[in-house]
Amino acid sequence: MTEAFIYDHVRTPRGKGRPDGALHEITPIQLATQVLEAIRDRNGVDTALFDDVVMGVVSPVGEQGCNIARVAALQARYAQTVSGFQLNRFCASGLEAVNVAGARVRSGEADAIVAGGVESMSRVPIFSDGGACYSDPRTNWDTWYIPQGIGADLIATMDGYSRDDVDAYAVESQARAARAWDGEWFARSIVPVRDILGETVLDRDEHMRPGTTTADLARLKPAFAETGRRDGLDAVMLQRYPQVERIEHVHTGGNSSGIVDGAAAVLVGNAAFGAASSLRPRARIRAAGSLGSEPAIMLTGPAPVSRRVLERAGMTAADIDLFEVNEAFASVVLRYMREMEIPHEKVNVAGGAIAMGHPLGATGAMILGTVVDELERRDLNTALITLCAAAGMAIAMIVERV
Amino acid sequence: MTATITFSADADGIATLSIDIPGRSLNVLTDAFFSDLDAALDRLAQDDALIGAILTSGKPSGFMAGADLEELTARHEQGISASEAAAWVAGKAAAFRRLETCGKPVAAAINGLALGGGLELALACHRRFALDRADVALGLPEVTLGLLPGAGGTQRLPRMIGIEKALPLLIDGTRLKPAEALVLGVVDELAADEAALAAAARAWLLSRPQAVAPWDRKGFRVPGGAGPLAPHAPRSFMAGTSRLKATRGRYPAPHAILSAVYEGTQVPFDTATRIEAKYFGTLLADKVSGNLVRTFLRKAAARKLPRQGREDAAPLAVTRLGVLGAGMMGAGIANVAAGAGIEVALLDRSEDLASRGLDHARKQCEREVKRATMNPEDAERHLARIRPSTDFAALEGCDLIVEAVFESRAVKAQAFAAAAPRLAEGGMLASNTSTLSISGLADHVADPARFIGLHFFSPVERMPLVEVIVGKETSARTVSDALAFVARLKKTPIVVHDSPGFYTSRVFCAYIDEAMAMLAEGVSPALIENAARLAGFPVPPLAVIDEVSLDLQKLVIEQAKADGLERRFLRAEAEPVVEALVALGRLGRKSGGGFYDYAEDGDKRLWPGLADLYPCRAAQPSAEDVGKRLLYIQAVESARCLAEGVIDDQATADLGSILGIGYPAWTGGALSVIATVGAEGFLADCARFARLHGDRFEIDAAILDRSMGVAAE
Repeated sequence: MTEAFIYDHVRTPRGKGRPDGALHEITPIQLATQVLEAIRDRNGVDTALFDDVVMGVVSPVGEQGCNIARVAALQARYAQTVSGFQLNRFCASGLEAVNVAGARVRSGEADAIVAGGVESMSRVPIFSDGGACYSDPRTNWDTWYIPQGIGADLIATMDGYSRDDVDAYAVESQARAARAWDGEWFARSIVPVRDILGETVLDRDEHMRPGTTTADLARLKPAFAETGRRDGLDAVMLQRYPQVERIEHVHTGGNSSGIVDGAAAVLVGNAAFGAASSLRPRARIRAAGSLGSEPAIMLTGPAPVSRRVLERAGMTAADIDLFEVNEAFASVVLRYMREMEIPHEKVNVAGGAIAMGHPLGATGAMILGTVVDELERRDLNTALITLCAAAGMAIAMIVERV
Repeated sequence: MTATITFSADADGIATLSIDIPGRSLNVLTDAFFSDLDAALDRLAQDDALIGAILTSGKPSGFMAGADLEELTARHEQGISASEAAAWVAGKAAAFRRLETCGKPVAAAINGLALGGGLELALACHRRFALDRADVALGLPEVTLGLLPGAGGTQRLPRMIGIEKALPLLIDGTRLKPAEALVLGVVDELAADEAALAAAARAWLLSRPQAVAPWDRKGFRVPGGAGPLAPHAPRSFMAGTSRLKATRGRYPAPHAILSAVYEGTQVPFDTATRIEAKYFGTLLADKVSGNLVRTFLRKAAARKLPRQGREDAAPLAVTRLGVLGAGMMGAGIANVAAGAGIEVALLDRSEDLASRGLDHARKQCEREVKRATMNPEDAERHLARIRPSTDFAALEGCDLIVEAVFESRAVKAQAFAAAAPRLAEGGMLASNTSTLSISGLADHVADPARFIGLHFFSPVERMPLVEVIVGKETSARTVSDALAFVARLKKTPIVVHDSPGFYTSRVFCAYIDEAMAMLAEGVSPALIENAARLAGFPVPPLAVIDEVSLDLQKLVIEQAKADGLERRFLRAEAEPVVEALVALGRLGRKSGGGFYDYAEDGDKRLWPGLADLYPCRAAQPSAEDVGKRLLYIQAVESARCLAEGVIDDQATADLGSILGIGYPAWTGGALSVIATVGAEGFLADCARFARLHGDRFEIDAAILDRSMGVAAE
């Protein structure tokens, strides 16, 4: 059977997702275009060998509307035969794009696809696209829509993670990200973002706060306590989880994923493509899948989907050297490690979205790239990447170094 | 000309349509009204001499009070389908739409109460003028009856004043004063008197305005935006939905209103009213609406209870009331009576204790004055009516003396002995006891025929129910005098026959005892409380026990034993739990902790020690089953009350449970719940619970039939 290989991956640094963020002046189409250009330019590859571009975008409206993937391919002056489409599996979109690319390559429909994602949260904020699940009273009611922060706090409550526990996790994420940047672990894969003058506006993740201590984090107020109480969200959640007396609100801006701008691209292709482009594959996509989970608590899918994908691959958690578990909220990762019975040493070794931010549509592709780099740097073999997503979903992928 | 609408026209071509529904105390939207409206609109549209019309009421009781509730009830009883109900209301909406599009401007001159369909009628007019007078109020209270304003209200109001401002009015059924309505934009102008009202309407019509609604003009946009991308959408629709789900999950109407507004404001007006009619249809066909309407009508009927016995003579007029005991209940009773214009002698053992009662009334008055619901002069007069005293002589000439002292037969007997001689000729004595036998207390007074139970609920000012308890010897005349007194206080009576716990305490104990039984079985306390909320109980059982306190439960159980009551009244499931907590000094909120721990700031958390006393068993029941046990045990107990003759009819149980002890209103009450959930399922569940949890759930078919078949008039 045809294999799908990862030949290369790039990402922009992540800018703060606010008007004062370094990437706020850069349009999302530019972010998408620059990562596509980088894939072509640093590999010297003929884009006519690409079949498609797939990009995850969670708010595909306004500047991010109208199939940014195809339009970015045109803007990047890819060969006009390279088609493109945008997809939305919420926070899992970036990895889903790679998954789709891998599936098309393995099935023989395509030889090479550039897959990734883009999200400028400073210019097109989350919820910009509206949506029945939040705003249609009937749908909101029937599908148990509850904002993700409440779910994260419920996980902490049910599993018994205190405010100290989640803050300690966040401190570690910051420390690891700082160490990774200081050690230039990302150097190979970061594409500095350029302005119209060709000058660099950002070359480093700017959301990070190296040296963050638990005392720093302890000062922050729980982000979801007020809304949980005032908007009845806690009470609704307890209708679904009636054995819980009350939700302890422990998540803050400091132990939840950061709001940032960024883009990423991963070059996926078959062996024939590698030969035609004289590129050496770096990793093989071994297995992938996505799964639905309980929508009210929303964030409990990563372990179940990981178990299913491992089973499909004929593997167990013990066979995986490194894990990337998106740090949507600290409790998500803490629960994952407990459920999968894996040590923190193997998880998010270069830090995660708490420190560096979570550009919604792109993150899945970014953390895949990060773990491929780490497998190479540490001379390890297998990695599992997983992300939770809204409306109760999660995705997982297993890659193996080649 | 017409029976319900009088049509007249003046020299300027201004028609006046004056509504006066014959044979009704209030104007309501009858079929006759709709056909007369149709005819009036024909005339208005076709007569070129007419430039416009003023729509107003010819009845002093109000402008238009809304739909005919009897008609709604009939439809519930027939078992109307959602589609039929949608078609029914669409016809009404079409009539109002005709008014809006008839081509001639119509001014609504709102000279009285405009509620529900009455306000919808005014909204369909091209301009609204309201009389600024105390008896004038405007509102859309359909939600309180489990319905929505189906004649265009959910679509006109948001198009007029924006979705954000319209939603609370629709979802809470808020009643607006004319000035408030003006500020919100529900009415366009106020007038100080009827003459000014007519003049303003006339002046507007003479200015030859266009008879076109804003939403019928090209380029119309809902103020503030509509749909999921409106700036207010996260507040109105997202948070709006979760707030409803959190607090009113068992009531379909508020949620249907939110959907009707969300969906309807995104489409043209006529499509919108179609959507509104369909949502209305789903509500009218729903049992919850039938239950809420029935409860509303029964409450009104109970207030007008026919006077039993002395039809020839007027009931006892209580001009002077004596209250024994200035504690929480006594002070409340005194305050409410003073509010009804009654002079009150408030007695207690010491000056301090007696003045406590007056302080309570003063605090209440201060709050009302601050809220501008009472003016300072009235507050002065109100407080002057309450005279605290330690001397029984102060009771001289009282027509009614109500005792609200400590729950001990001996103490009460003493109080009555001292008070009775002061009673005016023809007066009567009453006890506020919630647990002691009225007949037993009556043994301590000279004239048991003039002795009755008047069981108030706390807080007296807010709780609408009074349980009137008829002792063995209580005369029919005394009952009717008591009912008259309750009516004077503007409260709702239920008549109950003397028996342990009467009706409300007995059924309330079934509720809290079931919760304690579950706790002792190892059911998670958080699950018990959350399941109760899910079932629609406003206060979950463990929390409410802490409010009424555990030592009171212990007292009641001990008294029951001392009185040699039957085993089934000895609260065997609850006793060990009560004993355990009381032994630990955990009496409830008043002692800082019971089932919950209470923090300084009022926050409460379940006491962690419960996990040691009653370890949670591994297999937990579903929230649904826990909720059913809490609902059904009260239904079974109510059915027994009816079978034993403690209560005379289903309405007594329904009203008493809803108004007195927080039984979820969506069910229709502690007996109506059986039909609401379906008798077959109810019986099957009770049988299952009886098997698993105890014979207290046993109910036989005969008792069940009686509970369902015997309804109030």
